[in-house]
Amino acid sequence: MEATKPHLEATEAELIQRACQGDKEAFYILVRPCERTIYAVAVSILNNPQDAEEVAQEAVLKALSHLADFRGEAKFSTWLTQITINEARLKLRKDRRHLHESVDEQRTGEDGDYFPKDFADWREVPSEALERKELREALKRAIASLSLKYREVLILRDVQQLRIQEVARILGITEGSVKTRLLRARLQMRDALAPGIDGTWSTGKQEYRKVRPW
Amino acid sequence: MKVIEISCLEVWREISNYIDGDVDAELRARMEAHFKACAHCTAVLDGTKNVVKLVGDGVEYQVPDGFSQRLYNKIKNA
Repeated sequence: MEATKPHLEATEAELIQRACQGDKEAFYILVRPCERTIYAVAVSILNNPQDAEEVAQEAVLKALSHLADFRGEAKFSTWLTQITINEARLKLRKDRRHLHESVDEQRTGEDGDYFPKDFADWREVPSEALERKELREALKRAIASLSLKYREVLILRDVQQLRIQEVARILGITEGSVKTRLLRARLQMRDALAPGIDGTWSTGKQEYRKVRPW
Repeated sequence: MKVIEISCLEVWREISNYIDGDVDAELRARMEAHFKACAHCTAVLDGTKNVVKLVGDGVEYQVPDGFSQRLYNKIKNA
């Protein structure tokens, strides 16, 4: 791994240099591997595919026009993802439809302990269930119901599978905060989905309820 | 090795790190002993693992058709 690193860094630096000199093909080569991540973070913040694509494009063009400012302290993908998140948050602030969700909550401290709300047993995801429309819809709703700060961490870590350290760098928060937010995001997601997966509830009333919608 | 007991609350605090393999051997042993004895925490563990698995396939976040080409055109015309 270490042996290939200098080569990769040189390639990225080389592409950036070419892009700075106006080589747009070189710039596109840099952007291409980041497409999925920038679209995913934009759509997770904005909850709208059209707005997300527009914001992703604006972020890329902004990166192009500010490429000379890129110092290479972080990876290009980290920098571009940061720009995309900032652009998406800006759009969210401008958009009256989303005024009810405070973007400023990002700066508030972490919440206390999160207690799971039920203990529905959810042993495994049957592979055929993964394809079921109901499950995918429930998953979308569950993700959309998370606060922005939890959603961002979930998308970067669990959808884009970035390392904790990388997520922390992108969001400008500590690794400890990433872990705390990730825990909350995952537990809330489980609470939102588990009762729909399994028919049994084992808390409180000791009764069996069929809640599985499919 | 004597395993010191751990409460449900402590297990919930660490469950995400446990899934990521980000707990030390001692804590892992305590959590595993707890899961054997506690059906509630096992349900939380299984469900949380399923969340990670489900979200991780990224189906909800695939780029729309033509995204890459439109982006390329934007760059080219910038």
